[in-house]
Amino acid sequence: MVMPQIKEADVPDMPPQSDNAVVARGISKTYGSVEALRDLSLEFPRGQLTSLLGPSGCGKTTLLKIIAGLLKPNSGEIEVNGKPVKGPGPDRAFVFQDFALMPWANVLRNVAFGLELRGVATSEREAIAEKYIAEVGLAGFEKSYPHQLSGGMRQRVGLARALSVDADVLLMDEPFSAVDEQTRRKFQEDLLNLVQNENKTFIFVTHSIEEAVYVSDQIAILLPRPSRVSEIIRPTDLRHKNVDNIRRDPEYLDIVDSIWASLRSYVE
Amino acid sequence: MTLFGYRLPAMSSLLLWALVWEIVGRLDLTFFVPPLSEVLVTLTAVIGTAPFLKALSETAQAFAAGVSAAVLIGIPVGILMGKSRLIDELLLPWVNMFLSAPLTALVPVLMVLFGFGMKSIIITTTLFAIWIIILNARAGVLQINRSLVEMARSYGANPFQAFYKIYFWAALPEILGGVRIGVIRAVKGVIIGQLLISIVGFGALFELYANNFLMAHFWAVLIVLFALAFSVSEILAYLERRVSYYAASR
Repeated sequence: MVMPQIKEADVPDMPPQSDNAVVARGISKTYGSVEALRDLSLEFPRGQLTSLLGPSGCGKTTLLKIIAGLLKPNSGEIEVNGKPVKGPGPDRAFVFQDFALMPWANVLRNVAFGLELRGVATSEREAIAEKYIAEVGLAGFEKSYPHQLSGGMRQRVGLARALSVDADVLLMDEPFSAVDEQTRRKFQEDLLNLVQNENKTFIFVTHSIEEAVYVSDQIAILLPRPSRVSEIIRPTDLRHKNVDNIRRDPEYLDIVDSIWASLRSYVE
Repeated sequence: MTLFGYRLPAMSSLLLWALVWEIVGRLDLTFFVPPLSEVLVTLTAVIGTAPFLKALSETAQAFAAGVSAAVLIGIPVGILMGKSRLIDELLLPWVNMFLSAPLTALVPVLMVLFGFGMKSIIITTTLFAIWIIILNARAGVLQINRSLVEMARSYGANPFQAFYKIYFWAALPEILGGVRIGVIRAVKGVIIGQLLISIVGFGALFELYANNFLMAHFWAVLIVLFALAFSVSEILAYLERRVSYYAASR
């Protein structure tokens, strides 16, 4: 029986520095007089999925947007592949909570939009887009418009768009919160396969404890006002289990319980 | 509408009003209203004549130039106002003032500034159309889904790309609505300009007919103008419906 391995942020056997795709150092962010993040430092190991988990208003989406280069921190620095972040860049791709698809463009153009902005030729970018549309299971819907698709299918379009720019880091802002429960479960399984096969680094914001434990290699728990990383949890044994067995694994259940124990006092 | 179980085609009530017009005309109550049949006969006679065609082409030119200027200036200005707080603060009071101002009173000033010709008429047309186009483009941009803008930025759009790949299209339903109302106002502008300057286009024609009490001619030209304005508005309404499918889902 493997006990859940819960560690503090500064435990020595963290992966070595060079293996981090993204590093946040001393990030502080205030909105007017509201302090959203204070001196937050966190490392995101390459090729793994790190969840940012915490109660609402804990600044997890703010941190994700700072990593994306969409927001500027008041102090501190983000490094992606060792280079400091100045703004949005081709090494990161964003998946939005509300999908952020262009309603006037069909699926093909939406998926190819990142490449279109980079000036990739039409035939080339459409070939790439078609490949990823098929990969997320939307083959045959290339000419459909977003309003003709279900919420789950729209988020698959958003995911295909993020994959097609071939960024090293995928930033996902509560990507499954706007889809129904069954679709969400299917998404979570697909995400596990994606992490295994794509060799990308995933940063995943969620408010669902179960979701975080199910999909993550590393869970960073943020506590609010102002946000800081309160603990980092690395499930050891879940990754190698069959997707069907994770939810009844004792380690899974223990981690879910212990996270709830530390978060419950912050829920109004 | 259905009557006695029959479905009436759209605008069939116009037939009734045409009948009323014809009767009033036949009763010979006033020289001002000749019977509709007489007007229609005059219409077919007038429509091919050189003065009419000249007036039509002059009006069409002034209208096209004025509307193009209003659209080409109005849409970018409106989008910029929606995007930039500073530009908005600078321009919004003026736009609102001109939107509600009695622009007809400005036409004499324009005549002094730009002469008694096409230039004044084109500027009058633009002034009638542009303000509502600006305001609607601005409103369209203000309601854009923020995450669409963030999406464009995060995938590397420069400000120019964001402008014509996202802002323009996301605001398009409102922009077209503004253009439609602007065009209707432009019809007023081009006719009022011509009437006040009254030496070109339909203005000259109206002046000629009214001074010589040619009421059938007068009404015939008026009917043509009404029909043209209505057609332009309907074409734009059709375009608006074609993009409205995504207006709700932005």
